Amino acid sequence: MPHKTFFWFFFPSGLAMVLFIGLPIFSSFFQSLHIEPEQILIEVETCDPFGCETEVQVDQEATALARAENPLGRFNGLETYKDRNHLAFGEVKEAWVSTNNFSDFMKKVLNLPFYKSLLFTLTFCFSVTPCVIVLGFIVALSVNVLAKSIKGMVIFGTILPMIVTPLIGSLVLFWMIDSQGILGATIQIIFDDPNLSLKSSKKLTWITLIIYGIWHNTPFAFVVFYAGLQTVPQDPMEAAVIDGASRSQRVRHIVLPHLYPVATFIALICLMDNFRVFEPIIGFSAEGVAQSLSWMIYKDLRNETLMLFGSAGATSMLTILGVGILLTPVLIRTWKEFKTER
Amino acid sequence: MESKVNKYSKQLIIINSIFIIFWLTISVFPFLWTLWGSLKVKADFFSRADWYYAISGFNTLIETGRNFTLNGYIESWTEGEFGRAALNTIIVTISVVSISLFLGTLGAYALSRSTYKYTFWILIAALIFRAMPHITLVSGYLFPFFQFGVWGILPTTIIVLVAINQPFTLWLLYSFFKTVPKELDESALIDGCSYFQAFRFIIMPVMWPGVITAGLFSLMLAYNDFTVTALLLNQENYTMVPKINAYLGTVEYGGNYMWAVASVVSATAPLFMIVMFFQRQLISGLTAGAVKG
Repeated sequence: MPHKTFFWFFFPSGLAMVLFIGLPIFSSFFQSLHIEPEQILIEVETCDPFGCETEVQVDQEATALARAENPLGRFNGLETYKDRNHLAFGEVKEAWVSTNNFSDFMKKVLNLPFYKSLLFTLTFCFSVTPCVIVLGFIVALSVNVLAKSIKGMVIFGTILPMIVTPLIGSLVLFWMIDSQGILGATIQIIFDDPNLSLKSSKKLTWITLIIYGIWHNTPFAFVVFYAGLQTVPQDPMEAAVIDGASRSQRVRHIVLPHLYPVATFIALICLMDNFRVFEPIIGFSAEGVAQSLSWMIYKDLRNETLMLFGSAGATSMLTILGVGILLTPVLIRTWKEFKTER
Repeated sequence: MESKVNKYSKQLIIINSIFIIFWLTISVFPFLWTLWGSLKVKADFFSRADWYYAISGFNTLIETGRNFTLNGYIESWTEGEFGRAALNTIIVTISVVSISLFLGTLGAYALSRSTYKYTFWILIAALIFRAMPHITLVSGYLFPFFQFGVWGILPTTIIVLVAINQPFTLWLLYSFFKTVPKELDESALIDGCSYFQAFRFIIMPVMWPGVITAGLFSLMLAYNDFTVTALLLNQENYTMVPKINAYLGTVEYGGNYMWAVASVVSATAPLFMIVMFFQRQLISGLTAGAVKG
């Protein structure tokens, strides 16, 4: 296809991506270099029968004016990245000096907002993904065995958790595990502890969120594995049966190696998607004990008084950096594939 | 050939059936339970005293005089203005699906038929774009959108969703176009068709399965989106998902839980029906990327 034809065919799609995916990344970066105008303070003297007092107040009008004049705020360089809510170099250094052993130091660092979110995001990613792969594989194997007549129905039921949006999915589960919901109340009865609630402790909330993540992602792994199972070559299977291999041996030595590339595909997609976890945190109202990187950005943008564009921008850039690191293996794989194709 | 490979012992079949029933319970029951609960009053669905009330409908009987009530639905659709949100969702979904299919088929066709190296780099760029968390993009949009005064309205959100959706649509349709033999459009070109005519009259008619799959994924993205719609739309223009979130926590609606429960059911039911109808296409789309790799 000549360059010119290609250009016109691709132009609308390319334009949309450049304008609304490429540019915002730069815009985010640009914002992260700026900081919101500070509030302008004035001293006000208030007098009452008991005498006069001077107090410092926010001059709303002047602040609004300053913000209207220069909405992006003043240039701040990389300072936002270094502040307490992001990489917090100062605090980390302080923690290093003031603590004697490594675990105390880690405890201190992981209490800083950014590192706390990073820890949750990574924990979520790396605990959900392996479980999803194993569970998805098992479900695929057992659905594959079913009779044709009920397969369609079972597949439909299986993929339901995946097709609802994470917010709705997490709400549906949240209403059940609520201490007044069916599961929450049952658990209280089983453990005979009327105060036991999945929301009450940090550990339990994290586990709940991870279970939700598994529930939501397993159908995807199932569907992909199921499709992969259909392509398993039959000849080696026949040969294995004749040689007297048991079912588990066949799965281990023929099916698994065949599905290995499929598993890596699922792993990477899962990691990528779970790295942006944030809707379940809202659905489970878990903001107090579990924050993710995406949730931090959301919080900055949802700020009641003033949107913290600078702070959101800086977190965004750090998140994108994280995605980049996760994505490197995929890129290398695609590059190799492309080379062998030529 | 029905061979020994597909013979299963009785034991295996029993274990397998138990597992499947267990699994289906996990994946389906929460939705059935929510549907059931949406027909009760709050005191039953979130019953402090005894969760068995949720089944017997004890308080529902006292409060409304019947075992089931449609109050949650009626109130959320009238007072809660859920109808407005539903209409917005329909507008957004239809626009996003049609625009992104239009752009996506053109772009993916070009990518699949060009032999130059830059197509590879474009696909890689699309892959990177696909991985971007949506919220990082939104943080980049908000400021310029405020400045240009286009924040809060539906068209902006539609265009943004189309763009966010493009990388995946391109990859998906690209792999579908690759399966259509090149000779088909080459012969059309020799007969004097332009590239666009070959695309429109020769290739598109055989591409329907792929287009439906891609359309279904665009539909799910647009219908389900929370990140973009919650931050880029103002309250009046909210689509269904941010509206449900608004029922839960804001002062305006006073955390009206049963509205949220009823609207969750109202929002989920159409999606399930669509998916039931197009299930096969959905699965072929999910596997398009994997089976080759």
